[in-house]
Amino acid sequence: MAQSPSAKYKPGDQVRIRVGVPPTHFRTPEYVQGKQGEIETSWGAYPNPEGLAYGGDGLPAQPLYLVKFAQTDLWTNYEGAAKDALLLDIYENWLESI
Amino acid sequence: MADNGHSHGDNAEYYALRAEAIQALLIEKGVCTMDDIMTMADKIDSRSPADGAKVLAHAWVDPEYKARLLADAESALLELGYDLPETAPKLTVLENTDDVHNMAVCTLCSCYPRAIIGRPPAWYKGLAYRSRVVVDPRGVLQEFGTELDEDVQVRVIDSSADYRYLVLPKRPAGTEGMSEEDLAKLITQESMIGVGLALTPEQVSAS
Repeated sequence: MAQSPSAKYKPGDQVRIRVGVPPTHFRTPEYVQGKQGEIETSWGAYPNPEGLAYGGDGLPAQPLYLVKFAQTDLWTNYEGAAKDALLLDIYENWLESI
Repeated sequence: MADNGHSHGDNAEYYALRAEAIQALLIEKGVCTMDDIMTMADKIDSRSPADGAKVLAHAWVDPEYKARLLADAESALLELGYDLPETAPKLTVLENTDDVHNMAVCTLCSCYPRAIIGRPPAWYKGLAYRSRVVVDPRGVLQEFGTELDEDVQVRVIDSSADYRYLVLPKRPAGTEGMSEEDLAKLITQESMIGVGLALTPEQVSAS
């Protein structure tokens, strides 16, 4: 775990995933972009893959969170149970406060 | 190779040649040596589902160990002699219960808890699984022969960053008093990904 500024969000916080297709190696799939989720776990900070992938040091490190989404919010015709969830690790630079 | 849904499909020969060319270039340019590549390959191949099953069966019989494993998987693995390489991604164990069923995928590529259970199966890397399990997890579970009650919450974990997820399957009924070694035989690769349940003793004796 890298040293970094402390995490901005805590478990239970509601967040929105930023929309964007930067010309780099990013790890925020488009199917969650623009969607609202809830911070499930705060993992600490990790080097940013958007720099790491190009031989950089990935610093400043980005706080990383496990974010929980309701499946019914992600897909209009979701056929499973209403309480089904999808969880995904997202770096803080992709999160917006609500 | 039969069609296994792996996106490389018919181009297997092309990709093998490409990998060989990249390997030759990396060595020629001094980025790494053949020894480095062989050492890394050996490291990956030194783990298999049996290693994960051993750890998870121990968690089934020892509630205090289970609590430590869920809280800090890496320290708990070390207790059983599994020292994950420093370069390995972080590992977390997710527990399946009567109320919650976790299943793992990597929609970006093939992130998988290799450091403890080795290489993923081919279907795990295939486009079909990766694209469908996030949209229709219950349909995918059914195709693996896994029936869940409607009131069980299905949680799909898309591992796409620094963490890898290993599923601790629910301990089947009727396994009280079984030895840890026999319990480990119930824990399959599919159950540790979450597309399957742990086998029942009857399923093991029938196979």
